[in-house]
Amino acid sequence: MKLVVTIVGKDRVGIIAMTSQLLAENDVNILSINQNIMDGFFNMVMIAEMPEHGSMRLTDLQKNLKAKGEEMGLDIKVQHQDIFNVMHNI
Amino acid sequence: MITVDDIIETNRMITENKLDVRTITMGISLRDCSHPNIDQFCQNVYDKITRSAEFLVKTGEDIEAEYGIPIIHKRISVTPIAIAADSCHTDSFVPVAEALDRAGKAVGVNFIGGFSALVEKGFTHGDEILIKSIPQAMATTDIVCSSVNLGSTKAGINMDCVRDMGEIIKRTAELTRDSQALGCAKIVVFCNAPGDNPFMAGAFHGVSEGDRVINVGVSGPGVVKHALEDLKGADCAEIAETIKKTAFKITRVGQLVAREAAKRLGVPFGIIDLSLAPTADVGDSVARILEEMGLESCGAPGTTAALAMLNDAVKKGGLMASSHVGGLSGAFIPVSEDEGMISAVQKGSLSIEKLEAMTCVCSVGLDMIAIEGDTSAATISGIIADEAAIGMINNKTTAVRVIPVPGKKVGDVVEFGGLLGYCPIVPVRSQYSSAAFIARGGRIPAPVRSLTN
Repeated sequence: MKLVVTIVGKDRVGIIAMTSQLLAENDVNILSINQNIMDGFFNMVMIAEMPEHGSMRLTDLQKNLKAKGEEMGLDIKVQHQDIFNVMHNI
Repeated sequence: MITVDDIIETNRMITENKLDVRTITMGISLRDCSHPNIDQFCQNVYDKITRSAEFLVKTGEDIEAEYGIPIIHKRISVTPIAIAADSCHTDSFVPVAEALDRAGKAVGVNFIGGFSALVEKGFTHGDEILIKSIPQAMATTDIVCSSVNLGSTKAGINMDCVRDMGEIIKRTAELTRDSQALGCAKIVVFCNAPGDNPFMAGAFHGVSEGDRVINVGVSGPGVVKHALEDLKGADCAEIAETIKKTAFKITRVGQLVAREAAKRLGVPFGIIDLSLAPTADVGDSVARILEEMGLESCGAPGTTAALAMLNDAVKKGGLMASSHVGGLSGAFIPVSEDEGMISAVQKGSLSIEKLEAMTCVCSVGLDMIAIEGDTSAATISGIIADEAAIGMINNKTTAVRVIPVPGKKVGDVVEFGGLLGYCPIVPVRSQYSSAAFIARGGRIPAPVRSLTN
């Protein structure tokens, strides 16, 4: 399934490194990254793909990323891509 | 292909504009539970509900987490108890309400609806027992909701029931006076009630529904208001277009949640209810949408027209977004559950009489309105009769959920808590009596459907 990862928070060293490492450890493939810094705030939207029948559950991945994000002062959200698809595509 | 802007827009709707799915409601038929022994009937009901809805709450929570969309309530609706329990040899259905309460709590839902009777044409013995049991049932249970359908366009209005319901609401207020007559917040009196409504307090599992069904109610007044904020000075057609597009997006989320819930639970998908359901939180108000259209305060002349446009545009936008639309579908105008309505009442801009006019064009009726505790039963029946007449003549669902709070007067504010919000006591302006009219009883005949002037 495709996931949308959004990260918002104060910019610092290692945000992408931490996120991509955690995703890689969980067999999640990054498909695209869109990132910018506005007024010192880090904004990133990432599309990633998670194996349908892998050992990791989406809710567990969400918890792990959220916890890691909080350690670094970031708000990290992971959502199933379908919520955006249905809302913006007919 | 979704864009970054799409993603940001959706997440802003959720975090800033309070977009949510108000409820996933599982309808459960209890027609196969009937038994002459009430204890056995209650056991059958408990077993069927706990078996059918065992995973409802967990499934809702999983979907909420995975898609990042809040799902505020998980609820159950059941076959009207007056039908399911009609064969019980008993003179009270209070034990049934208690069984529903236990079953609902066992599976962790927020509300369970269906302590109901459909009596627009007349009463069976079971209907009479049910209606008589409502006050005690509301006093002894926490999450059970009750509704009575006493009128329809096809059958007319059962004025005997109109008279009785005034008394029942008063008695319920008295029995639950310690909790600000909270029992009355769980009773709805309907005309033209739909059998697939997922919203409380009026949800029940209609007699023509299947064994189990998943219905979903969406929400999102804050999203509509936000969309209109960019349209200062735009004409009404443009406003209506924007509401349609926004309602489409909101409903698509509801459809996704409904489809997922139905698939995971192995239960057929029923309908999406397109209602804009407000809460008492700032930024989640239907009244504020009307004010965004240009009314200084909800209740000002023009309010009914603005609401009519909103209600219609919500339906037009939502219809294309879902394969099956039903329930109440439109804009709700509950007073205590809408921060803008509360404010309009406090300012003296919104009266019960203006609300009555608004119910001609909104999705339901007079909803969550606290009135003085010494309002007579006949006056409450008069309010019910007026509202039922609007529904009957206009071929729409109307309802009354008024709360005569014992000991409270105009100027007092009553706190119900949670989604039920808080409400200033709304004055009933006419001090004249309806008693002789209400005492007549009988039936108002079904209306003519042509010569529509």
